[in-house]
Amino acid sequence: MFQIRIHGRGGQGVVTAAEVLSMAAFAQGRTAQAFPSFGSERMGAPVVSFCRIDDHPIRTREPVMEPDALIIQDATLIHQVDLFAGLRREAYVIINTSRTLDQLGLGEFSGQLDPDRLLTCPATEFALEQLGRPLPNAALIAGFAALTGEISLDAIDTAIRQRFGGPVGERNVAAATAAYRFVADARAESAHVAAD
Amino acid sequence: MLRQIEGSRAVAETVACCRPQVICAYPISPQTHIIEALSAMVKAGDLTPCEFINVESEFAAMSASIGASAAGARAYTATASQGLLYMIEAVYNASGLGLPIVMTLANRAIGAPINIWNDHSDAMAVRDSGWIQLFAETNQEAADLHILAFRLAEQLSLPVMVCMDGFILTHAVEGIDVAEQGAVDAFLPSYEPRQVLDPDEPVSIGAMVGPEAFEEVRYLAHLRQLEALDLIPALAAEFESMFGRPSAGLLSSYRIEDAETVVVAMGSVLGTIKDAVDARRDEGDRVGVLAITAFRPFPRQAVRDALAGARSIVVVEKAFSIGFGGVLSTDVAMATHDHACSLRTVVAGLGGRPITRRSLEGMLDTAVRDELDTLTFLDLDTGIVEREQLRMAETRRSGPSAEHVLHGLQSGPRPVDRPVP
Repeated sequence: MFQIRIHGRGGQGVVTAAEVLSMAAFAQGRTAQAFPSFGSERMGAPVVSFCRIDDHPIRTREPVMEPDALIIQDATLIHQVDLFAGLRREAYVIINTSRTLDQLGLGEFSGQLDPDRLLTCPATEFALEQLGRPLPNAALIAGFAALTGEISLDAIDTAIRQRFGGPVGERNVAAATAAYRFVADARAESAHVAAD
Repeated sequence: MLRQIEGSRAVAETVACCRPQVICAYPISPQTHIIEALSAMVKAGDLTPCEFINVESEFAAMSASIGASAAGARAYTATASQGLLYMIEAVYNASGLGLPIVMTLANRAIGAPINIWNDHSDAMAVRDSGWIQLFAETNQEAADLHILAFRLAEQLSLPVMVCMDGFILTHAVEGIDVAEQGAVDAFLPSYEPRQVLDPDEPVSIGAMVGPEAFEEVRYLAHLRQLEALDLIPALAAEFESMFGRPSAGLLSSYRIEDAETVVVAMGSVLGTIKDAVDARRDEGDRVGVLAITAFRPFPRQAVRDALAGARSIVVVEKAFSIGFGGVLSTDVAMATHDHACSLRTVVAGLGGRPITRRSLEGMLDTAVRDELDTLTFLDLDTGIVEREQLRMAETRRSGPSAEHVLHGLQSGPRPVDRPVP
């Protein structure tokens, strides 16, 4: 079972992100479960959602406490919420930001994680380019897919089109494609550096 | 066809397939998504003929449902928590009058202190109201139980409440096979009321009954509800043959055959319990699970038979009777009173406190060693309790407890996503 925890703020689509991820996994023929952490859903308040992906029926209903991957939609949460609770060294982390880990104050912390699995992705910028609105969901999920290899870009695109449909769906697919390429390139570069 | 959708959506689509003619509900978390979806279907003309009645309160919602049902319409509503309490007088009337209303209860805690999260306190508050109460373990069960509920309600002329865990099920997105219209039509015939308010054949419904007959009328209601103990398994079997997948019946068991310790529970926590039981089985513990679907009527004989081999019974409950202990436990104790076994109550998941596999495994480990207390509160932070007791002992004007407990938590309310230390 692969378990994902998503952190963001009310209004950014944290719950939708988990839902779309689960739909993408389902489109790929896998079993998935998505659910929010059910806080008081105020605009701007910290919100958490969860997604589990497996090849067997998923029975558990507990929150994801030891995630295999963490998706952070809003980097301003880093020093406000215990985002990294239960995180193991081998977990994947993708943070929506155009800043560096050092600029976020995570330089020292990043040493505790696998550098190949920790990534920043300017998903809001991809969203602004393609949608004209700061809704980083599609881009961030695609970045997650590229980082982890758990889900294909095709499945992500299918889920986005199912969830949003029409021109909005297509613009989100464009943002997702851009973010997927960005992360895939970043990984290739990191592999290249490692090979040198 | 299996689709990846939200539990509330699946319930709304299933209810629509049951062709309700009147839906009357007042929005309250975590029931809202079900009602929003149904109201949108009515407005769009996708659910017709059906009238969606907007009302000012839950009391009005149940009252209008009673009126619609008495006039011969198939009536549906949904609520949760305080909403259920607000309609409680009408809830008793619906069953007392023998009106087959179907209601979804998106289980949520009851205040004060106000809490929007899941537990079973609301369902327990109307345990004795005369409604049939069915608890869903998964969203597939929650959706399917509504089809069974309409058939059961109308056949017996009794209202049925389908209980599904608020947020944990209502807001979970998972693979659900929503029944097709044709199959539902084949399973659920049109409503043929036993009593109907018809101007051409006037009757009075809701007479005052004095001491000369009240007990008999109540006893008849009891007998009628007990009929569901035979009817539910029959309908579940018919459902399985028509829909090609099992329906929840009175109860079901998991790895119970040679189990010495059996966990009894209701609702979505059963999934996590089954995972915990598998883990303990791997360690050699002979543990199993008994899942109760029908809480009212309570399948006393079936529970007695299922637990015949158990040496130790652990009832995990998302509610409790303050000043006593377990509620479901009491029923299970009555059912097994002539068994030579121990019975323990574990209260868990109150007000949305996550019930983790880790905590359940720890509890099971204690239970198989016969060291579990008669009444245990899972993951109770005794430090918080003791601090508040000391503070209250210090001064008469100690103020409100809930607020002080919250202030005492150093980092605010306990985050739901943090692992238990």
